[in-house]
Amino acid sequence: METFLSVSGKLAQGFGTTLSLFFLTLLFAIPLGLLFACISRVRLKALRFLMRAFIYIIRGTPLLLQLMIVVYLPGIVFNNPLTKWPVFKGNVPLSYFCGALFAFVINYACYFAEIFRGGIENIPKGQYEACEVLGMSHSQTFFRVILLQVIRNIVAPMSNEVVTLVKDTALARTVSVVEIYFAASEILRLQFIIWPLFYTGAFYLGFSALLTLLFGMIEKRLSRYWR
Amino acid sequence: MAFLEVKNLTKSFGDTRVLKGIDFDLNSGEVLSIIGSSGSGKTTLLRCLNFLETADGGSISVDGKAVFDAGDPLLSSHKAIRHNRINFGLVFQSFNLFPQYSVLRNLTLAAALKASEENPDYKKRKKEINAELDERALRLLDRIGLKEKKDSFPCELSGGQQQRVAIARALMLTPRILCFDEPTSALDPELTKEVLRVIKDLRTEGNTMIVVTHEMDFARDASDKVIFMANGIIEESGTPDKIFGSPESPLLTSFLNQ
Ligand SMILES: Nc1ncnc2c1ncn2[C@@H]1O[C@H](COP(=O)(O)OP(=O)(O)OP(=O)(O)O)[C@@H](O)[C@H]1O
Ligand SMILES: [Mg+2]
Repeated sequence: METFLSVSGKLAQGFGTTLSLFFLTLLFAIPLGLLFACISRVRLKALRFLMRAFIYIIRGTPLLLQLMIVVYLPGIVFNNPLTKWPVFKGNVPLSYFCGALFAFVINYACYFAEIFRGGIENIPKGQYEACEVLGMSHSQTFFRVILLQVIRNIVAPMSNEVVTLVKDTALARTVSVVEIYFAASEILRLQFIIWPLFYTGAFYLGFSALLTLLFGMIEKRLSRYWR
Repeated sequence: MAFLEVKNLTKSFGDTRVLKGIDFDLNSGEVLSIIGSSGSGKTTLLRCLNFLETADGGSISVDGKAVFDAGDPLLSSHKAIRHNRINFGLVFQSFNLFPQYSVLRNLTLAAALKASEENPDYKKRKKEINAELDERALRLLDRIGLKEKKDSFPCELSGGQQQRVAIARALMLTPRILCFDEPTSALDPELTKEVLRVIKDLRTEGNTMIVVTHEMDFARDASDKVIFMANGIIEESGTPDKIFGSPESPLLTSFLNQ
């Protein structure tokens, strides 16, 4: 009974870390992705090129590698390890967590940026022109006509990306972030208890199912009226 | 002085000169049909009238007032254009209704936004103003025979119905000159008829209209004036009787015979 409680406690902690990583990534990556999408559409060619090149590089390399770079590069190359940064006040797990979060946010912001850009560029030119000849201002056009269509365009790809994020959070273990999978595998390694691993699997499955359901509902609501 | 006067309008895209000096005028209540082969600049002309493109040269005046003059920077400010474009309405070949809004909302949206900007006591009288707009929209829908579709969404309508809604949407803003760019070329012959019917009714009511069309029967029977465009100029213009009865230009003759 005692082991059960202590094991459950460890699992719950990992569970919390996974959820924090997931929601914080979304919280920061969505606005940042929007910003990236806007920058990758600006008139200034040089800026647009730089932004698209950055997005291309991030999307073209594994998240695993990006995690390693963010977390270990400061220590190895600049002799200034993340764990010793004053902001973390000696809290080692926090420094790992923040490093991982940073990598996740950048990585997902780039994927989101491409989704947002596609969603915006898929709006037929005729929609803008109809607004223009009806005398609407630019902001009226965007907020009253374009935005909802963009949202509708991006729900399905965002849904895919968000479900992928659930599973990607497990990668954080490679930089010593004790998320749920790491917690479960440590319990297996040290205490030879296997059920937490199944528990973990069930968690991922349940969480993904919930998200799929949620996005499905949004999609259905949005497409009730138009193709 | 004619109601609409277009003088020496020119427009190029890069090195391509698409409009090479267009002059015409139109009286209030008249219908002008513009015909001509593909690429002759008909759409570009309408787009210049509606400020979707900015002409490189020339001028446009409505009812004696200059609404566009390439040489006058005052008229090309963003604000001036937004003010002057309400003289014109445009109905597109591809309808361009707003898919997320009901038919009624498609009609009232722009008018409501305009009222919210221009009416100082819009906030106080919002309900009242919106009710007035709804009522006006319903009267228009009644006129085009789509009153019972007011709560439908564009994707639930046939092409012909969508185009009629698009016409009503343009009329909501009471433009002084309503332009149509091949309003029926995306439609089957059967649906074409119902849309042309609506345009003919609008003529009877005294609306001033410019219609770019491939429907020669419509141009002959339902317009006061016809312009034949070729390679960015007005090759020939006149009454339907003259254009269809005794064409002078060889280009027009071969266009009509094809
Ligand atoms: N935005 C643009 N950029 C470059 N060229 C353009 C643009 N819009 C139109 N053109 C060119 O201008 C010419 C006239 O086009 P326009 O659409 O006005 O012809 P049209 O008479 O309406 O033809 P159609 O009967 O096929 O609709 C064409 O050669 C076209 O390729
Ligand atoms: Mg055209």
